[in-house]
Amino acid sequence: MGNDHHTTSQASGLWGWINARFPLDKMLKEHVTEYYAPKNFNYWYVFGVLSLVVLVIQLVSGIFLTMNYKPAAADAFASVEYIMRDVEWGWLIRYMHSTGASAFFIVVYLHMFRALMYGSYRAPRELLWIFGMLIYLCLMAEAFMGYLLPWGNMSYWGAQVIVSLFGTIPVIGDSLSEWIKGDYFISDITLNRFFALHVIAIPLILVFLVVAHILALHEVGSNNPDGVEIKKHKNADGHPLDGIPFHPYMTVKDLWGISVFLLIYCGIIFFAPTFGGLFLESPNFDPANPMQTPPHIAPVWYFTPFYAMLRAVPSFAGTQVWGVLVMFGAIALLFFLPWLDKSPVKSIRYKGPITKIALALFAVSFVVLAYCGMKPPSPTLLLTSRIFTAVYFAFFLLMPWYSRIDAVKPVPERVTYHVH
Amino acid sequence: MSEEVDLSRRRLLTTATALTGAIGVVFTATPFLASWKPSARAKALGAPIEIDLSQLELGSMLKVEWRGKPVWVVRRTPEMLKQLESATPFLLDPASDGSVQPDYAKNVSRARNPEFLVVLGVCTHLGCSPLPKFEPADVTVSADWPGGFYCPCHGSKFDLSGRVFKGVPAPANLTVPPYTFLTDTRVMVGSDTPQTA
Repeated sequence: MGNDHHTTSQASGLWGWINARFPLDKMLKEHVTEYYAPKNFNYWYVFGVLSLVVLVIQLVSGIFLTMNYKPAAADAFASVEYIMRDVEWGWLIRYMHSTGASAFFIVVYLHMFRALMYGSYRAPRELLWIFGMLIYLCLMAEAFMGYLLPWGNMSYWGAQVIVSLFGTIPVIGDSLSEWIKGDYFISDITLNRFFALHVIAIPLILVFLVVAHILALHEVGSNNPDGVEIKKHKNADGHPLDGIPFHPYMTVKDLWGISVFLLIYCGIIFFAPTFGGLFLESPNFDPANPMQTPPHIAPVWYFTPFYAMLRAVPSFAGTQVWGVLVMFGAIALLFFLPWLDKSPVKSIRYKGPITKIALALFAVSFVVLAYCGMKPPSPTLLLTSRIFTAVYFAFFLLMPWYSRIDAVKPVPERVTYHVH
Repeated sequence: MSEEVDLSRRRLLTTATALTGAIGVVFTATPFLASWKPSARAKALGAPIEIDLSQLELGSMLKVEWRGKPVWVVRRTPEMLKQLESATPFLLDPASDGSVQPDYAKNVSRARNPEFLVVLGVCTHLGCSPLPKFEPADVTVSADWPGGFYCPCHGSKFDLSGRVFKGVPAPANLTVPPYTFLTDTRVMVGSDTPQTA
């Protein structure tokens, strides 16, 4: 069957002409029609595809926004209002982009949590995980720089706080933050370069990393909710016994997931684009004012867990670099996850109670810290942030011990699968 | 002529080529990285400024922009200068040893002339701009508040000389920029000595 198709494709028409000159058929087979995905995938496995969908939404809506946006301190705020009021459907394109930013983090956080649950970062998928983490870093840089572009007052002061983080580094800090800003303060010059990075540099790196992430995935094969390797049991053709072709089986399933996602996404765009100040913060409806801090500065929700950690650490020995180190440390630790987990099993299904409680506490600490980071400082929230920062770090730093001593259940040889 | 490949010669040439290339990359990267530094125009716009204090009333504050940062000039009353004493037990760095200021402002009033406080209105924590809360016992801050500045971002507190309180995120007193009095009512910010702008 497959061979028949191959011979005809080489012989006939345009398809054959292209394939004699470009490996189109070969690539389609390798990555789509003959890429074998485990048949026990559940709906947690839809968030990777959703990230790709949001990436495309962001690229397309972003390109159209640049056609009317002006990256200059004097014009930026007014040009965004122009897009919102005067450009035909401009409001829709902008809300697609602003809602898309939050949607990106929602699907990526769920995608990462899936990996945490099923041990998708474990060997042989360490590099796949690292590519994913690099994508997450790029995404944060992209979101941060994009948030300055509307030149609202929260844009301005948010950027001020984040760039100051680099100023806390001993000795080189001041000149480093001056170098990043290109001025003595966040100015027209800073806005102009953030625009260049946001629309050209970071998206290029992002797309390259996404390709690397998918190539790495297709090289080692997908993990699954049981955390067993489907490549261990192959049929006579060399295909995994527990694998099914990505197309049409997974594409159909993903299309259903995409439909549900788009329904929610469009609902937010049409009925709650600011999402109660979570997706677009109200001080950002005022133009940037270097002389006037908004009464309460908080980053957009996806950064608030790390922001809460930053605020939780007091200054010590005349510098506030410690909070910055804790904040970046919280992200850096994720890179080392493949080597911190010493459990003999991958999936949470076969791990013991300690790991299950640890993962639950980790998820709770992330949500609680996100809440703490949104609210104005108070002694209660400070104490809460400190406790949950400790929980967050304990999840990673104690993992080499608790993952080793925790009880495990026997892992099946093949995936568990019930015919629907 | 020998058919054998001279491997050591090949290795030497490869290393030399790679090294030359690496040096070239460093040289090529330099202009790109240097282009991010403040431009000549940005530097010119960051030159010292003059502030007229003749209209500033006792007990009030003036905000002027310099290098995109708010410069505050507070004309302090004798009572406000007395408040500085009552604030001392709350302070982290009352003598300004770990803070940034010119030598002539390293004193209790943190000023050349105790009547006029000149500071950058930028929190030493993460660069927000604190709010003036000059009245003692201001309930929006705390009941034992001696009067000063309060940062709404992360809750840092400063007294009427811009000195930081204990137990707040900011690690140092507000920065005093270099400044000089040109006349009794004209101050130049950005330079220790009078300059022609």
